[in-house]
Amino acid sequence: MLRSPRTLLSVTSAALLVAGLTACGGTTKDSASNTGGDSNQASAAADPNAAIKEGLKIAFLPKQLNNPYTDVEVGGGKVAVEELKGEYKLVGPNDASASSQVSYINTLIQQQQDVIVVAANDPNAVCPSLNQARAAKIKVITFDSDASKDCRDAFINQATTQGIGESLAKMALEQAGGEGEIAVLSATPNATNQNSWIEVMKTELKKPEYAKLKLVKVAYGNDDDQKSFQEAQGLLQSYPNLKAIVAPTTVGIAAAARYISSSSYKGKVAVTGLGLPNQMREYVKDDTVKKFALWNPADIGYLAAFAGAAMASGKVTGAEGEKFTAGKLGEYTIGADGEIVLGPPTEFTKENIDKFNF
Amino acid sequence: MTVTSDRSAPTDAPLGAPAPKRFGGLLKTRELGIVLALALLVAYTAIDNPRFLSGQSIRDNLLNTAILAVMATGQAVVVITRNIDLSVGSVLGISAFAVATLMSNNQDLPMIVALLAGLAVGAVAGLVNGVLVRYGKVPALVVTLGTLYIYRGITYSWAGGSQVNADELPRHFLTFANDSILGIPWLVLIALVVVAAGSVMMRNYRVGRELYAMGSSPAAAELAGIKVARNLLGAFVLSGALAGLAGVLYAARFGTVDAAAGTGLELNVVAAVVVGGVAVFGGSGSVWGAALGALLLTVIGSALAVLDINQFWQQAIVGALIILAICADRLVAVRIARSLRKRDAHV
Amino acid sequence: MSDIDLGKRPSANRSGALKSRLTSWDSIILVLTGLVLVIASISVDNFGTSRNFTFMVLDLLPIILIALPMTMIIVTGEIDLSVASTLGLTSSMMGWLWNQGLSIETIIPICVLIGAICGVVNGFLITGLGLPSLAVTIGTLALYRGLAFVVLGDGAVADFPWNYTGWVTGTIGGGAVPNVLILIVALALIFGIVQHATPFGRSLYAIGANAQAAHFSGIRVARTKFWLYVVSGAVAGLVGVLWTLRYSSARADNGAGLELAVVAAVLLGGVSIFGGKGSLPGVLAGVVLLTALQNALRLEDVSGQALNIVTGSLLVLSVLLPNVTTAVRGNWHRRKLRQASAR
Repeated sequence: MLRSPRTLLSVTSAALLVAGLTACGGTTKDSASNTGGDSNQASAAADPNAAIKEGLKIAFLPKQLNNPYTDVEVGGGKVAVEELKGEYKLVGPNDASASSQVSYINTLIQQQQDVIVVAANDPNAVCPSLNQARAAKIKVITFDSDASKDCRDAFINQATTQGIGESLAKMALEQAGGEGEIAVLSATPNATNQNSWIEVMKTELKKPEYAKLKLVKVAYGNDDDQKSFQEAQGLLQSYPNLKAIVAPTTVGIAAAARYISSSSYKGKVAVTGLGLPNQMREYVKDDTVKKFALWNPADIGYLAAFAGAAMASGKVTGAEGEKFTAGKLGEYTIGADGEIVLGPPTEFTKENIDKFNF
Repeated sequence: MTVTSDRSAPTDAPLGAPAPKRFGGLLKTRELGIVLALALLVAYTAIDNPRFLSGQSIRDNLLNTAILAVMATGQAVVVITRNIDLSVGSVLGISAFAVATLMSNNQDLPMIVALLAGLAVGAVAGLVNGVLVRYGKVPALVVTLGTLYIYRGITYSWAGGSQVNADELPRHFLTFANDSILGIPWLVLIALVVVAAGSVMMRNYRVGRELYAMGSSPAAAELAGIKVARNLLGAFVLSGALAGLAGVLYAARFGTVDAAAGTGLELNVVAAVVVGGVAVFGGSGSVWGAALGALLLTVIGSALAVLDINQFWQQAIVGALIILAICADRLVAVRIARSLRKRDAHV
Repeated sequence: MSDIDLGKRPSANRSGALKSRLTSWDSIILVLTGLVLVIASISVDNFGTSRNFTFMVLDLLPIILIALPMTMIIVTGEIDLSVASTLGLTSSMMGWLWNQGLSIETIIPICVLIGAICGVVNGFLITGLGLPSLAVTIGTLALYRGLAFVVLGDGAVADFPWNYTGWVTGTIGGGAVPNVLILIVALALIFGIVQHATPFGRSLYAIGANAQAAHFSGIRVARTKFWLYVVSGAVAGLVGVLWTLRYSSARADNGAGLELAVVAAVLLGGVSIFGGKGSLPGVLAGVVLLTALQNALRLEDVSGQALNIVTGSLLVLSVLLPNVTTAVRGNWHRRKLRQASAR
């Protein structure tokens, strides 16, 4: 121990010296070229008349298992795969980490699946593996949360960013009673979806009809029930005049509603946003929540399976403008960058909530 | 808040450390330190935002502490015997899911059945830990690290992808978390009873003193005729049962239960116990110190949210606190050793 | 850790039986690993392919590298639970520094250095202040992970240069042997030689068996332990770099929970948590066994949940089984003695 600090110092300075020497002329963020890896663009021409193959192996890899929202999504996928007479498979990690997803993608490559339908935990971390899958002639469809667009064949977008942002702003205005302070309770500070919706919402709020509405804070509950619950608590402590909490995430809205319904703020602070009817039913019935919205998650999985099957059968390649039929949902057209938009979200209220079970 | 300051009143008897009475004062400063830190933190936050002291806010903090404090009580007992129980987060998960499933299938079951069921599930899990540690002669760290995986795995396999939602649970089960008696929520009351009973057991009862003795010197305790096997099993069963009870409270409070409930909570529990002054090498510390540790960690969390400090600092602060706490313990231990030597010299 | 429970330490007069049980556990784990590999190659589709070999090597890379210094630390009777958080902190720093415009060649040594500094902090708290390593590293587990989040928040930095990320995931000449295997073999050889063929390595066992006796026989116990933590931190830092490059994603939550897998693998490999016993080949076999089992089960569509149960059970059994066999052998031995004395 006596001599170690000195030895340490010499080691440190040696390392810094090495660092300093290599500092000149190394690869930096600006000089790096990231063009490696992907070369397999959709090459084969689409054959719009091709029949959908039977017995396709379609595997779903959600962000994590044991998430009720995800369960509904892949449940829709299972129905679709059965309609397509394919082989359905569901795998996934218990935690929403990117690294554990990679192991599962590797396994799916080994098992020679025909289609991988994946919700990326990290748009870049899964990329090398997804490209290996595509090199092995597996079609990659992303849903829920996109991977970088150069490592997947198509992306099922639940709704346009614009549409959701507008709908959130509109519900906030209604629920706050036309004026006052509102706050957003989002997922993680870097959740791509949530951030783009909040951006649209902020743009909307600049319009004259929203002039009396003031967005005071965007809080992050990390899509963790307990954390969201505490963040809702913190919001009301910091902003006593709050009129409404807008939570564009199913975890956040449920936690906020649960907190409000059991606190003295019930009836004074409105909760709205994107939620699952089954999780929200109780709070809609006890009048904590008047209105919230969501697309039907089962339809996302359903559409993803049909898109994957169409692609694996050579009916479409993922190019803009190609059309395919997705069972009961009807005909879809592939948009720019391989995006397929599901449709507008549904609004849920006390009157219609009992018609939905997901 | 009122609750804790009552208990820290100077008239309180010497705390549950096995040191001779004259050193009681030294150890007592340990708990006093936490109370002071807590008071400082609350004062600072309240000045910044007076609503931090509003009834609702205090209630929320106490409710959030309740679950952690119940688990910290069991953990403190285990750690005092120079062992550790890392499986508590997984035990909470399995109990929460079991009880939520039970209650959603049998809507009319009274709350007491839910509580007992949770205790029973936890006790069985704790018994397995205890048996492996005592009779399998496997170190507690290894056993409970293993059962951390195993219990969680069982819960996952059982739950599959399913989740119990608030609307499937009986009303009386959910309102239990918010109902109060004499203005004190049930959850907080249960936590208080558990902490108080634990403290009294460890301080005033023979078995409590034996547990301290086992932690101070396992070999000497065995030679002194203490029923080490029985006590050790008891400690693990207690820790498991309390984690099971915490699972019921968790299900009632949060309403939505899936297989991941309580993942990683073991770290918070151990942190609360260590911050609360229970030494990891056993033999010293107190149950109510551990409960204070739980309160401090919870208040830090909500204070950060109120003070609008980047939430990412929270974990780093908890880590720093743990290290600070063990440094403080080391200091106290060194001073005690020094004064013991001095006393011996006089004899 | 060394002072955890003297009562449970096997008594010295059984050391003969002890020696045989240890050698037997080492061989058991080696045989078991071989068996799993053979059975899996025969019965699990796609297990024996060269591509799967590459995937497996990449999967065991972080565990095996961190396990090398961890084995030494546990042999001395201590533990380091902060390794995965050190990994996370280095990964975060790597992303942050990359965003600052530093060159990757500068960043990599800095990151290893950051890991080493994390180790210095651990080492100082444990050997300088004499604090228990379990508590200290639980504390720094939270601290380093927290700092990782402070540095990078919940964001990810992804645009690392292809020639580096490609090297980590690539194979030698596009064949079956992954590039990182060279690194694994080289480091395993160095650590193996140091641990099993140098006076320093033998001193680790002496410290683990009885730190006080080691001290009086002239071994600088505190200094040795201090440097072990520094090395452990540096290796964790290196793994943080490799992890980031493998997933081309620097994130604060990288490697979360990995410390449990590493400790599980080391104990499974026959290293005693009380220190003084264990060998590196056993640990390497333990890591391969866990990884191969997980890989095979996953190919067989056994859910990730069941993997938890397998890992946990193996961990408990790795200590329980030798204990049981010792007890049985002890009984048998006593009975033989009784018979002998009766005659």
